[in-house]
Amino acid sequence: MKNTAAIAWKETKSYFTTPIAYIVSSMFLVLTGIFFVNDITAPFAEASVRGFINWASFFTLFLAPLLTMRLLSEEQKLGTLELLLTAPVRDWEVVVGKYLSALALYVVIMALTLYYVVLLYWFGDPDGGPIYSAYLGVFLHGAAALAVGLMASSLTGNQIVSAAVGTAVLLTLSFIDEVADLVSGVTQNVLLGFSMNNHLLDFRRGIIDTSSVAFYLSIAAVFLFLTVRFLETRRWR
Amino acid sequence: MIELENVTKNFGDFPAVTDISFRVEPGEVLGFLGPNGAGKTTTMKIITGYMPPSSGRVTVAGFDVVSESLTARRHIGYLPETVPLYTDMTVEEYLGFMGTIRGMPRDRIRSRIGDVIDVCRLEEYQSSHISKLSKGFRQRVGIAQAILHEPDVLILDEPTIGIDPIQVVETRQLIKNLAGDHTVIVSTHILPEVSMLCQRVIIIHEGEIVAVDAPENLSTRLRGSERIELEMRAPRDEATRIIESLEDVTGVTAVSPREAEVLSIYVDAVAGSDTRAELASTVVSRGWDLLTLRSTGMTLEEIFLNLTMSEDLETA
Repeated sequence: MKNTAAIAWKETKSYFTTPIAYIVSSMFLVLTGIFFVNDITAPFAEASVRGFINWASFFTLFLAPLLTMRLLSEEQKLGTLELLLTAPVRDWEVVVGKYLSALALYVVIMALTLYYVVLLYWFGDPDGGPIYSAYLGVFLHGAAALAVGLMASSLTGNQIVSAAVGTAVLLTLSFIDEVADLVSGVTQNVLLGFSMNNHLLDFRRGIIDTSSVAFYLSIAAVFLFLTVRFLETRRWR
Repeated sequence: MIELENVTKNFGDFPAVTDISFRVEPGEVLGFLGPNGAGKTTTMKIITGYMPPSSGRVTVAGFDVVSESLTARRHIGYLPETVPLYTDMTVEEYLGFMGTIRGMPRDRIRSRIGDVIDVCRLEEYQSSHISKLSKGFRQRVGIAQAILHEPDVLILDEPTIGIDPIQVVETRQLIKNLAGDHTVIVSTHILPEVSMLCQRVIIIHEGEIVAVDAPENLSTRLRGSERIELEMRAPRDEATRIIESLEDVTGVTAVSPREAEVLSIYVDAVAGSDTRAELASTVVSRGWDLLTLRSTGMTLEEIFLNLTMSEDLETA
Protein backbone atom coordinates (compact mmCIF):
# COMPACT_ATOMS: atom_id res chain seq x y z
CA MET A 1 0.00 0.00 0.00
CA LYS A 2 2.86 2.35 0.86
CA ASN A 3 4.45 1.56 -2.49
CA THR A 4 1.22 2.24 -4.32
CA ALA A 5 0.93 5.59 -2.56
CA ALA A 6 4.56 6.46 -3.36
CA ILE A 7 4.08 5.71 -7.04
CA ALA A 8 0.72 7.52 -7.18
CA TRP A 9 2.29 10.57 -5.52
CA LYS A 10 5.24 10.59 -7.90
CA GLU A 11 2.96 10.41 -10.94
CA THR A 12 0.66 13.10 -9.61
CA LYS A 13 3.59 15.46 -9.11
CA SER A 14 4.78 14.58 -12.57
CA TYR A 15 1.37 15.50 -14.06
CA PHE A 16 1.68 18.97 -12.66
CA THR A 17 5.30 19.51 -13.69
CA THR A 18 4.64 18.58 -17.32
CA PRO A 19 2.34 20.64 -19.55
CA ILE A 20 0.24 17.71 -20.78
CA ALA A 21 -2.25 17.79 -17.90
CA TYR A 22 -2.84 21.52 -18.28
CA ILE A 23 -3.25 21.33 -22.04
CA VAL A 24 -5.56 18.33 -22.04
CA SER A 25 -7.73 19.55 -19.19
CA SER A 26 -8.13 23.08 -20.53
CA MET A 27 -9.06 21.69 -23.95
CA PHE A 28 -11.61 19.47 -22.26
CA LEU A 29 -13.09 22.35 -20.30
CA VAL A 30 -13.28 24.65 -23.33
CA LEU A 31 -15.01 22.04 -25.48
CA THR A 32 -17.51 20.89 -22.87
CA GLY A 33 -18.09 24.56 -21.96
CA ILE A 34 -19.05 25.40 -25.55
CA PHE A 35 -21.56 22.58 -25.65
CA PHE A 36 -22.93 23.49 -22.25
CA VAL A 37 -23.57 27.08 -23.38
CA ASN A 38 -25.13 25.82 -26.62
CA ASP A 39 -27.45 23.62 -24.61
CA ILE A 40 -28.74 26.13 -22.14
CA THR A 41 -29.14 28.94 -24.67
CA ALA A 42 -31.16 26.82 -27.09
CA PRO A 43 -34.92 27.48 -27.34
CA PHE A 44 -36.89 25.62 -24.66
CA ALA A 45 -33.66 24.88 -22.80
CA GLU A 46 -33.91 22.88 -19.62
CA ALA A 47 -31.80 23.30 -16.53
CA SER A 48 -30.00 19.96 -16.76
CA VAL A 49 -26.51 18.67 -17.48
CA ARG A 50 -27.78 16.03 -19.88
CA GLY A 51 -26.26 17.55 -23.03
CA PHE A 52 -23.03 18.41 -21.29
CA ILE A 53 -22.70 14.86 -19.92
CA ASN A 54 -23.14 13.43 -23.42
CA TRP A 55 -20.24 15.42 -24.74
CA ALA A 56 -18.11 14.96 -21.64
CA SER A 57 -18.32 11.19 -21.92
CA PHE A 58 -17.52 11.43 -25.63
CA PHE A 59 -14.46 13.63 -25.08
CA THR A 60 -13.34 11.34 -22.27
CA LEU A 61 -12.65 8.68 -24.93
CA PHE A 62 -9.85 10.95 -26.16
CA LEU A 63 -8.95 12.58 -22.87
CA ALA A 64 -8.33 9.33 -20.94
CA PRO A 65 -5.68 7.87 -23.29
CA LEU A 66 -3.93 11.24 -23.39
CA LEU A 67 -3.74 11.28 -19.61
CA THR A 68 -2.51 7.68 -19.31
CA MET A 69 -0.25 7.41 -22.38
CA ARG A 70 2.83 8.54 -20.50
CA LEU A 71 2.37 6.41 -17.38
CA LEU A 72 3.92 3.13 -18.52
CA SER A 73 5.19 4.01 -22.01
CA GLU A 74 7.71 6.49 -20.68
CA GLU A 75 9.02 4.02 -18.12
CA GLN A 76 9.65 1.58 -20.95
CA LYS A 77 11.28 4.20 -23.13
CA LEU A 78 13.59 5.51 -20.41
CA GLY A 79 14.30 1.99 -19.16
CA THR A 80 13.25 2.99 -15.65
CA LEU A 81 10.70 0.19 -15.71
CA GLU A 82 13.61 -2.18 -15.15
CA LEU A 83 14.53 -0.41 -11.90
CA LEU A 84 10.92 -0.20 -10.84
CA LEU A 85 10.36 -3.90 -11.42
CA THR A 86 13.58 -4.88 -9.64
CA ALA A 87 12.68 -2.78 -6.60
CA PRO A 88 10.77 -4.67 -3.91
CA VAL A 89 7.45 -3.58 -5.39
CA ARG A 90 4.74 -5.86 -6.74
CA ASP A 91 3.70 -5.36 -10.36
CA TRP A 92 0.11 -4.61 -9.37
CA GLU A 93 1.28 -1.96 -6.92
CA VAL A 94 2.95 -0.16 -9.82
CA VAL A 95 -0.18 -0.43 -11.97
CA VAL A 96 -2.62 0.63 -9.26
CA GLY A 97 -0.42 3.53 -8.17
CA LYS A 98 -0.26 4.89 -11.69
CA TYR A 99 -3.97 4.32 -12.20
CA LEU A 100 -4.90 6.17 -9.02
CA SER A 101 -2.91 9.23 -10.00
CA ALA A 102 -4.68 9.38 -13.39
CA LEU A 103 -8.03 8.87 -11.68
CA ALA A 104 -7.28 11.67 -9.22
CA LEU A 105 -6.48 14.06 -12.06
CA TYR A 106 -9.66 13.02 -13.86
CA VAL A 107 -11.69 13.75 -10.72
CA VAL A 108 -10.07 17.18 -10.47
CA ILE A 109 -10.96 17.96 -14.09
CA MET A 110 -14.53 16.81 -13.55
CA ALA A 111 -14.76 18.79 -10.33
CA LEU A 112 -13.92 21.92 -12.32
CA THR A 113 -17.02 21.36 -14.43
CA LEU A 114 -19.19 21.56 -11.29
CA TYR A 115 -19.06 25.27 -12.04
CA TYR A 116 -21.74 24.59 -14.68
CA VAL A 117 -23.93 23.02 -12.03
CA VAL A 118 -23.47 26.06 -9.81
CA LEU A 119 -24.65 28.22 -12.74
CA LEU A 120 -27.71 26.03 -13.21
CA TYR A 121 -28.68 26.45 -9.56
CA TRP A 122 -27.97 30.17 -9.71
CA PHE A 123 -30.14 30.92 -12.74
CA GLY A 124 -32.57 28.03 -12.77
CA ASP A 125 -34.23 25.39 -10.72
CA PRO A 126 -32.68 22.10 -11.84
CA ASP A 127 -33.72 18.67 -10.66
CA GLY A 128 -30.86 17.50 -8.41
CA GLY A 129 -31.22 13.72 -8.81
CA PRO A 130 -30.26 13.36 -12.49
CA ILE A 131 -27.32 15.70 -11.97
CA TYR A 132 -25.82 13.62 -9.19
CA SER A 133 -26.45 10.33 -10.97
CA ALA A 134 -25.00 11.78 -14.20
CA TYR A 135 -21.83 12.78 -12.41
CA LEU A 136 -21.58 9.33 -10.84
CA GLY A 137 -22.01 7.86 -14.32
CA VAL A 138 -19.32 10.08 -15.80
CA PHE A 139 -16.96 9.19 -12.97
CA LEU A 140 -17.46 5.45 -13.48
CA HIS A 141 -17.23 5.83 -17.26
CA GLY A 142 -13.95 7.74 -16.85
CA ALA A 143 -12.61 5.19 -14.38
CA ALA A 144 -13.17 2.46 -16.97
CA ALA A 145 -11.69 4.57 -19.78
CA LEU A 146 -8.53 5.31 -17.80
CA ALA A 147 -7.97 1.59 -17.17
CA VAL A 148 -8.22 0.96 -20.92
CA GLY A 149 -5.75 3.79 -21.54
CA LEU A 150 -3.31 2.45 -18.97
CA MET A 151 -3.47 -0.98 -20.58
CA ALA A 152 -2.59 0.61 -23.92
CA SER A 153 0.41 2.35 -22.39
CA SER A 154 1.75 -0.95 -21.01
CA LEU A 155 1.94 -2.30 -24.57
CA THR A 156 4.49 0.06 -26.04
CA GLY A 157 7.30 2.47 -25.32
CA ASN A 158 5.80 4.94 -27.76
CA GLN A 159 3.33 7.37 -26.20
CA ILE A 160 1.65 8.27 -29.49
CA VAL A 161 1.02 4.63 -30.30
CA SER A 162 -0.25 4.11 -26.78
CA ALA A 163 -2.75 6.98 -27.06
CA ALA A 164 -3.92 5.77 -30.48
CA VAL A 165 -4.42 2.19 -29.29
CA GLY A 166 -6.26 3.39 -26.18
CA THR A 167 -8.60 5.62 -28.18
CA ALA A 168 -9.27 2.85 -30.71
CA VAL A 169 -10.22 0.37 -28.00
CA LEU A 170 -12.41 2.95 -26.26
CA LEU A 171 -14.21 3.98 -29.46
CA THR A 172 -14.91 0.33 -30.21
CA LEU A 173 -16.21 -0.32 -26.71
CA SER A 174 -18.37 2.80 -26.83
CA PHE A 175 -19.98 2.57 -30.22
CA ILE A 176 -20.50 -1.15 -30.30
CA ASP A 177 -24.17 -0.29 -29.61
CA GLU A 178 -24.42 1.21 -33.11
CA VAL A 179 -23.53 -2.23 -34.44
CA ALA A 180 -26.17 -3.70 -32.13
CA ASP A 181 -28.84 -1.80 -34.09
CA LEU A 182 -27.95 -3.83 -37.18
CA VAL A 183 -28.51 -7.22 -35.59
CA SER A 184 -31.24 -8.68 -33.43
CA GLY A 185 -31.91 -11.17 -30.65
CA VAL A 186 -29.21 -12.38 -28.31
CA THR A 187 -26.37 -10.87 -30.36
CA GLN A 188 -27.99 -7.48 -30.04
CA ASN A 189 -28.34 -7.82 -26.28
CA VAL A 190 -24.74 -8.96 -25.88
CA LEU A 191 -23.44 -6.04 -27.97
CA LEU A 192 -25.59 -3.58 -26.03
CA GLY A 193 -24.37 -5.12 -22.81
CA PHE A 194 -20.75 -4.41 -23.79
CA SER A 195 -21.33 -0.85 -24.90
CA MET A 196 -19.82 1.81 -22.66
CA ASN A 197 -22.24 4.33 -24.21
CA ASN A 198 -25.34 2.30 -23.60
CA HIS A 199 -24.67 1.93 -19.88
CA LEU A 200 -24.45 5.69 -19.51
CA LEU A 201 -28.06 6.28 -20.66
CA ASP A 202 -29.68 5.42 -17.33
CA PHE A 203 -27.31 7.58 -15.32
CA ARG A 204 -28.34 10.56 -17.42
CA ARG A 205 -31.99 9.92 -16.70
CA GLY A 206 -31.35 9.85 -12.97
CA ILE A 207 -31.39 6.07 -12.63
CA ILE A 208 -28.55 4.30 -10.86
CA ASP A 209 -28.62 0.75 -12.14
CA THR A 210 -26.33 -1.56 -10.17
CA SER A 211 -25.67 -3.64 -13.27
CA SER A 212 -24.28 -0.56 -15.01
CA VAL A 213 -22.18 0.31 -11.98
CA ALA A 214 -20.88 -3.26 -11.99
CA PHE A 215 -20.21 -3.02 -15.73
CA TYR A 216 -17.91 -0.02 -15.44
CA LEU A 217 -16.12 -1.42 -12.41
CA SER A 218 -15.62 -4.72 -14.25
CA ILE A 219 -14.19 -2.97 -17.30
CA ALA A 220 -11.77 -1.11 -15.04
CA ALA A 221 -10.81 -4.30 -13.18
CA VAL A 222 -10.36 -6.38 -16.33
CA PHE A 223 -8.16 -3.80 -18.04
CA LEU A 224 -6.08 -3.21 -14.90
CA PHE A 225 -5.59 -6.96 -14.68
CA LEU A 226 -4.54 -7.06 -18.34
CA THR A 227 -2.10 -4.21 -17.64
CA VAL A 228 -0.46 -6.22 -14.86
CA ARG A 229 -0.20 -9.24 -17.13
CA PHE A 230 1.27 -7.24 -20.02
CA LEU A 231 3.78 -5.77 -17.60
CA GLU A 232 4.74 -9.27 -16.57
CA THR A 233 5.31 -10.31 -20.17
CA ARG A 234 7.76 -7.38 -20.47
CA ARG A 235 9.98 -9.42 -18.18
CA TRP A 236 10.17 -12.26 -20.64
CA ARG A 237 11.52 -10.22 -23.52
CA MET B 1 25.83 -14.50 -1.17
CA ILE B 2 24.89 -15.06 -4.80
CA GLU B 3 24.46 -18.51 -6.20
CA LEU B 4 23.53 -19.60 -9.71
CA GLU B 5 22.76 -23.23 -10.46
CA ASN B 6 22.51 -24.41 -14.07
CA VAL B 7 20.89 -21.20 -15.23
CA THR B 8 19.68 -21.20 -18.82
CA LYS B 9 17.79 -18.46 -20.62
CA ASN B 10 16.38 -18.77 -24.10
CA PHE B 11 14.75 -16.02 -26.12
CA GLY B 12 12.57 -18.09 -28.40
CA ASP B 13 15.01 -20.47 -30.05
CA PHE B 14 18.00 -18.32 -29.29
CA PRO B 15 19.99 -19.44 -26.25
CA ALA B 16 21.20 -16.24 -24.56
CA VAL B 17 22.70 -18.02 -21.57
CA THR B 18 23.39 -21.74 -21.35
CA ASP B 19 23.82 -23.72 -18.14
CA ILE B 20 25.68 -21.17 -16.04
CA SER B 21 26.63 -21.99 -12.45
CA PHE B 22 28.76 -19.96 -10.06
CA ARG B 23 28.89 -18.59 -6.53
CA VAL B 24 29.93 -15.22 -5.21
CA GLU B 25 31.10 -15.04 -1.59
CA PRO B 26 30.18 -12.16 0.73
CA GLY B 27 32.38 -9.11 0.21
CA GLU B 28 33.81 -10.40 -3.02
CA VAL B 29 34.09 -8.33 -6.19
CA LEU B 30 33.40 -10.50 -9.19
CA GLY B 31 34.17 -9.38 -12.70
CA PHE B 32 31.98 -10.45 -15.55
CA LEU B 33 34.02 -10.26 -18.67
CA GLY B 34 32.96 -10.98 -22.19
CA PRO B 35 32.52 -9.45 -25.62
CA ASN B 36 29.31 -7.58 -26.43
CA GLY B 37 26.36 -9.92 -26.72
CA ALA B 38 28.00 -12.65 -24.65
CA GLY B 39 25.12 -12.85 -22.18
CA LYS B 40 26.45 -10.62 -19.39
CA THR B 41 23.43 -8.35 -19.26
CA THR B 42 20.98 -11.24 -19.50
CA THR B 43 22.66 -12.98 -16.58
CA MET B 44 22.50 -9.79 -14.53
CA LYS B 45 18.84 -9.28 -15.34
CA ILE B 46 18.20 -12.81 -14.12
CA ILE B 47 20.09 -12.23 -10.85
CA THR B 48 18.17 -9.01 -10.15
CA GLY B 49 14.88 -10.81 -10.70
CA TYR B 50 13.90 -8.70 -13.69
CA MET B 51 13.77 -11.77 -15.91
CA PRO B 52 13.04 -15.29 -14.78
CA PRO B 53 15.49 -17.91 -16.08
CA SER B 54 14.15 -20.52 -18.51
CA SER B 55 15.56 -23.14 -16.19
CA GLY B 56 17.90 -23.30 -13.22
CA ARG B 57 17.90 -21.52 -9.87
CA VAL B 58 19.32 -18.25 -8.59
CA THR B 59 19.53 -17.27 -4.94
CA VAL B 60 20.62 -13.93 -3.52
CA ALA B 61 21.38 -13.80 0.22
CA GLY B 62 19.69 -17.21 0.45
CA PHE B 63 16.44 -16.12 -1.23
CA ASP B 64 15.27 -17.51 -4.54
CA VAL B 65 14.93 -14.63 -7.00
CA VAL B 66 11.81 -16.13 -8.56
CA SER B 67 9.81 -17.63 -5.70
CA GLU B 68 10.98 -15.20 -2.99
CA SER B 69 11.50 -12.35 -5.39
CA LEU B 70 10.44 -9.44 -3.17
CA THR B 71 12.73 -10.45 -0.29
CA ALA B 72 15.62 -11.14 -2.64
CA ARG B 73 15.15 -7.75 -4.32
CA ARG B 74 15.54 -5.96 -0.98
CA HIS B 75 19.13 -7.20 -0.86
CA ILE B 76 20.05 -5.95 -4.32
CA GLY B 77 21.21 -2.62 -5.66
CA TYR B 78 21.20 -2.53 -9.43
CA LEU B 79 22.62 -0.23 -12.07
CA PRO B 80 21.47 -1.26 -15.54
CA GLU B 81 23.70 -0.53 -18.49
CA THR B 82 21.43 2.23 -19.81
CA VAL B 83 21.40 4.11 -16.44
CA PRO B 84 17.66 4.68 -16.41
CA LEU B 85 16.67 7.86 -14.53
CA TYR B 86 13.53 9.98 -14.37
CA THR B 87 14.85 13.00 -16.20
CA ASP B 88 12.09 15.35 -15.02
CA MET B 89 13.10 14.91 -11.36
CA THR B 90 15.89 16.53 -9.40
CA VAL B 91 18.65 14.30 -8.04
CA GLU B 92 17.23 14.58 -4.52
CA GLU B 93 13.65 13.83 -5.59
CA TYR B 94 14.80 10.85 -7.58
CA LEU B 95 16.81 9.37 -4.73
CA GLY B 96 13.90 10.03 -2.38
CA PHE B 97 11.52 8.15 -4.65
CA MET B 98 13.89 5.20 -5.06
CA GLY B 99 14.28 5.04 -1.28
CA THR B 100 10.53 5.05 -0.71
CA ILE B 101 9.76 2.23 -3.14
CA ARG B 102 12.51 0.22 -1.49
CA GLY B 103 10.62 0.54 1.74
CA MET B 104 13.11 2.73 3.61
CA PRO B 105 11.75 4.82 6.50
CA ARG B 106 11.64 8.54 5.81
CA ASP B 107 14.37 9.72 8.21
CA ARG B 108 16.71 7.00 7.02
CA ILE B 109 16.14 8.08 3.42
CA ARG B 110 17.05 11.62 4.40
CA SER B 111 20.29 10.66 6.12
CA ARG B 112 21.25 8.16 3.41
CA ILE B 113 20.66 10.69 0.61
CA GLY B 114 23.20 12.89 2.38
CA ASP B 115 25.62 9.96 2.57
CA VAL B 116 25.37 8.84 -1.05
CA ILE B 117 25.53 12.38 -2.38
CA ASP B 118 28.73 12.66 -0.42
CA VAL B 119 30.15 9.31 -1.60
CA CYS B 120 29.25 9.93 -5.24
CA ARG B 121 30.29 13.59 -5.01
CA LEU B 122 27.05 15.06 -6.26
CA GLU B 123 26.86 17.96 -3.79
CA GLU B 124 26.70 20.67 -6.43
CA TYR B 125 23.95 18.94 -8.35
CA GLN B 126 21.59 17.66 -5.69
CA SER B 127 18.87 20.15 -6.63
CA SER B 128 19.49 20.04 -10.40
CA HIS B 129 17.13 18.34 -12.77
CA ILE B 130 18.58 15.06 -13.98
CA SER B 131 17.91 16.10 -17.60
CA LYS B 132 20.54 18.83 -17.14
CA LEU B 133 23.31 16.45 -15.99
CA SER B 134 26.11 15.12 -18.17
CA LYS B 135 26.51 11.41 -18.81
CA GLY B 136 29.17 11.04 -16.16
CA PHE B 137 27.08 12.65 -13.45
CA ARG B 138 24.06 10.60 -14.46
CA GLN B 139 26.24 7.56 -13.99
CA ARG B 140 26.99 8.74 -10.46
CA VAL B 141 23.31 9.27 -9.74
CA GLY B 142 22.77 5.72 -11.01
CA ILE B 143 25.36 4.39 -8.60
CA ALA B 144 23.92 6.55 -5.81
CA GLN B 145 20.48 4.99 -6.18
CA ALA B 146 22.02 1.51 -6.29
CA ILE B 147 23.79 1.93 -2.94
CA LEU B 148 21.13 4.11 -1.30
CA HIS B 149 19.46 1.29 0.67
CA GLU B 150 22.81 -0.25 1.67
CA PRO B 151 22.17 -3.50 -0.20
CA ASP B 152 24.27 -6.61 0.44
CA VAL B 153 24.63 -7.16 -3.27
CA LEU B 154 25.50 -4.64 -5.97
CA ILE B 155 24.97 -5.46 -9.62
CA LEU B 156 26.66 -2.97 -11.93
CA ASP B 157 26.23 -3.47 -15.65
CA GLU B 158 29.05 -1.82 -17.62
CA PRO B 159 29.37 1.09 -15.18
CA THR B 160 32.20 2.79 -17.07
CA ILE B 161 30.83 2.66 -20.58
CA GLY B 162 30.38 5.89 -22.49
CA ILE B 163 31.86 8.31 -19.99
CA ASP B 164 35.04 10.33 -20.37
CA PRO B 165 38.41 8.90 -19.24
CA ILE B 166 38.71 11.01 -16.07
CA GLN B 167 35.25 9.98 -14.98
CA VAL B 168 36.12 6.36 -15.78
CA VAL B 169 38.99 6.54 -13.31
CA GLU B 170 36.75 8.16 -10.70
CA THR B 171 33.99 5.62 -11.18
CA ARG B 172 36.46 2.75 -10.83
CA GLN B 173 37.78 4.29 -7.63
CA LEU B 174 34.23 4.63 -6.36
CA ILE B 175 33.49 0.96 -7.05
CA LYS B 176 36.74 -0.02 -5.37
CA ASN B 177 35.71 1.88 -2.24
CA LEU B 178 32.35 0.11 -2.21
CA ALA B 179 33.96 -3.33 -2.13
CA GLY B 180 34.08 -4.92 1.28
CA ASP B 181 30.74 -3.57 2.49
CA HIS B 182 29.02 -4.98 -0.54
CA THR B 183 29.22 -8.10 -2.64
CA VAL B 184 29.69 -6.73 -6.13
CA ILE B 185 29.22 -8.12 -9.60
CA VAL B 186 30.52 -5.77 -12.23
CA SER B 187 30.32 -6.50 -15.91
CA THR B 188 32.66 -5.10 -18.47
CA HIS B 189 34.18 -5.88 -21.81
CA ILE B 190 37.36 -4.08 -20.90
CA LEU B 191 40.17 -6.38 -19.80
CA PRO B 192 42.34 -4.09 -17.64
CA GLU B 193 39.29 -2.90 -15.71
CA VAL B 194 38.80 -6.38 -14.33
CA SER B 195 42.31 -6.74 -12.99
CA MET B 196 41.92 -3.30 -11.40
CA LEU B 197 38.67 -4.02 -9.61
CA CYS B 198 38.05 -7.70 -9.15
CA GLN B 199 39.30 -10.57 -7.06
CA ARG B 200 37.81 -13.08 -9.44
CA VAL B 201 36.77 -13.07 -13.05
CA ILE B 202 34.23 -15.02 -15.00
CA ILE B 203 34.74 -14.96 -18.71
CA ILE B 204 31.56 -15.52 -20.58
CA HIS B 205 31.27 -16.10 -24.28
CA GLU B 206 28.21 -16.94 -26.38
CA GLY B 207 26.21 -17.53 -23.23
CA GLU B 208 28.62 -19.97 -21.64
CA ILE B 209 31.25 -19.65 -18.97
CA VAL B 210 34.62 -20.30 -20.54
CA ALA B 211 36.83 -19.52 -17.55
CA VAL B 212 36.62 -18.64 -13.88
CA ASP B 213 39.74 -17.53 -12.07
CA ALA B 214 41.63 -14.77 -10.34
CA PRO B 215 42.79 -12.16 -12.87
CA GLU B 216 46.49 -12.98 -12.31
CA ASN B 217 45.96 -16.73 -12.80
CA LEU B 218 44.09 -16.06 -15.97
CA SER B 219 47.05 -14.35 -17.53
CA THR B 220 49.21 -17.36 -16.66
CA ARG B 221 46.71 -19.66 -18.21
CA LEU B 222 46.69 -17.38 -21.16
CA ARG B 223 49.80 -18.97 -22.58
CA GLY B 224 47.12 -21.56 -23.04
CA SER B 225 46.39 -23.91 -25.79
CA GLU B 226 44.09 -24.50 -28.68
CA ARG B 227 41.56 -27.23 -28.68
CA ILE B 228 40.71 -29.58 -31.53
CA GLU B 229 37.71 -31.84 -31.67
CA LEU B 230 38.45 -35.25 -33.14
CA GLU B 231 36.08 -38.10 -33.95
CA MET B 232 37.23 -41.44 -35.28
CA ARG B 233 36.74 -45.16 -35.19
CA ALA B 234 39.73 -46.36 -33.23
CA PRO B 235 40.67 -48.39 -30.17
CA ARG B 236 40.27 -45.95 -27.32
CA ASP B 237 43.34 -46.49 -25.17
CA GLU B 238 45.78 -46.96 -28.01
CA ALA B 239 44.51 -43.90 -29.87
CA THR B 240 44.68 -41.56 -26.88
CA ARG B 241 48.18 -42.80 -26.02
CA ILE B 242 49.51 -42.27 -29.53
CA ILE B 243 47.94 -38.84 -29.95
CA GLU B 244 49.20 -37.74 -26.55
CA SER B 245 52.73 -38.61 -27.61
CA LEU B 246 52.61 -36.21 -30.57
CA GLU B 247 54.98 -33.28 -30.24
CA ASP B 248 52.71 -30.23 -29.83
CA VAL B 249 49.90 -32.01 -27.99
CA THR B 250 49.56 -31.03 -24.35
CA GLY B 251 46.55 -33.11 -23.39
CA VAL B 252 43.82 -35.43 -24.57
CA THR B 253 40.31 -35.62 -23.11
CA ALA B 254 37.97 -38.39 -24.16
CA VAL B 255 34.39 -37.19 -24.47
CA SER B 256 32.52 -40.27 -25.70
CA PRO B 257 31.62 -43.04 -23.25
CA ARG B 258 33.98 -45.99 -23.01
CA GLU B 259 31.68 -48.43 -24.83
CA ALA B 260 30.80 -46.06 -27.70
CA GLU B 261 31.61 -47.20 -31.20
CA VAL B 262 32.88 -43.78 -32.27
CA LEU B 263 35.69 -42.33 -30.21
CA SER B 264 35.36 -38.63 -29.68
CA ILE B 265 38.17 -36.68 -28.03
CA TYR B 266 39.37 -33.16 -27.39
CA VAL B 267 43.00 -32.60 -28.21
CA ASP B 268 44.70 -29.66 -26.52
CA ALA B 269 47.74 -28.40 -28.35
CA VAL B 270 50.23 -25.59 -27.89
CA ALA B 271 48.68 -22.33 -29.05
CA GLY B 272 49.65 -21.31 -32.55
CA SER B 273 50.81 -24.77 -33.63
CA ASP B 274 48.28 -26.01 -36.12
CA THR B 275 48.36 -29.73 -35.39
CA ARG B 276 45.39 -30.63 -37.54
CA ALA B 277 47.41 -31.89 -40.48
CA GLU B 278 49.62 -33.96 -38.22
CA LEU B 279 46.63 -35.42 -36.41
CA ALA B 280 44.95 -36.34 -39.69
CA SER B 281 47.97 -38.13 -41.08
CA THR B 282 48.54 -39.96 -37.78
CA VAL B 283 44.98 -41.23 -37.70
CA VAL B 284 44.95 -42.26 -41.33
CA SER B 285 48.36 -43.97 -41.24
CA ARG B 286 47.12 -46.15 -38.36
CA GLY B 287 44.23 -47.27 -40.56
CA TRP B 288 41.57 -45.67 -38.33
CA ASP B 289 38.50 -43.99 -39.84
CA LEU B 290 38.70 -40.22 -39.43
CA LEU B 291 35.19 -38.81 -39.01
CA THR B 292 35.58 -35.26 -37.71
CA LEU B 293 38.51 -32.95 -37.25
CA ARG B 294 38.05 -29.31 -36.40
CA SER B 295 39.21 -26.66 -34.01
CA THR B 296 36.50 -25.73 -31.55
CA GLY B 297 35.31 -22.17 -31.60
CA MET B 298 37.26 -19.51 -29.79
CA THR B 299 40.00 -20.38 -27.41
CA LEU B 300 40.42 -18.45 -24.24
CA GLU B 301 43.20 -16.57 -25.88
CA GLU B 302 41.13 -15.56 -28.85
CA ILE B 303 38.41 -14.26 -26.57
CA PHE B 304 40.97 -12.31 -24.60
CA LEU B 305 42.41 -11.00 -27.81
CA ASN B 306 38.96 -9.88 -28.85
CA LEU B 307 38.48 -8.11 -25.56
CA THR B 308 41.84 -6.40 -25.62
CA MET B 309 41.23 -5.30 -29.16
CA SER B 310 37.92 -3.67 -28.30
CA GLU B 311 39.66 -1.86 -25.45
CA ASP B 312 42.32 -0.59 -27.86
CA LEU B 313 39.65 0.64 -30.22
CA GLU B 314 37.93 2.49 -27.43
CA THR B 315 41.03 4.19 -26.12
CA ALA B 316 42.27 4.95 -29.63
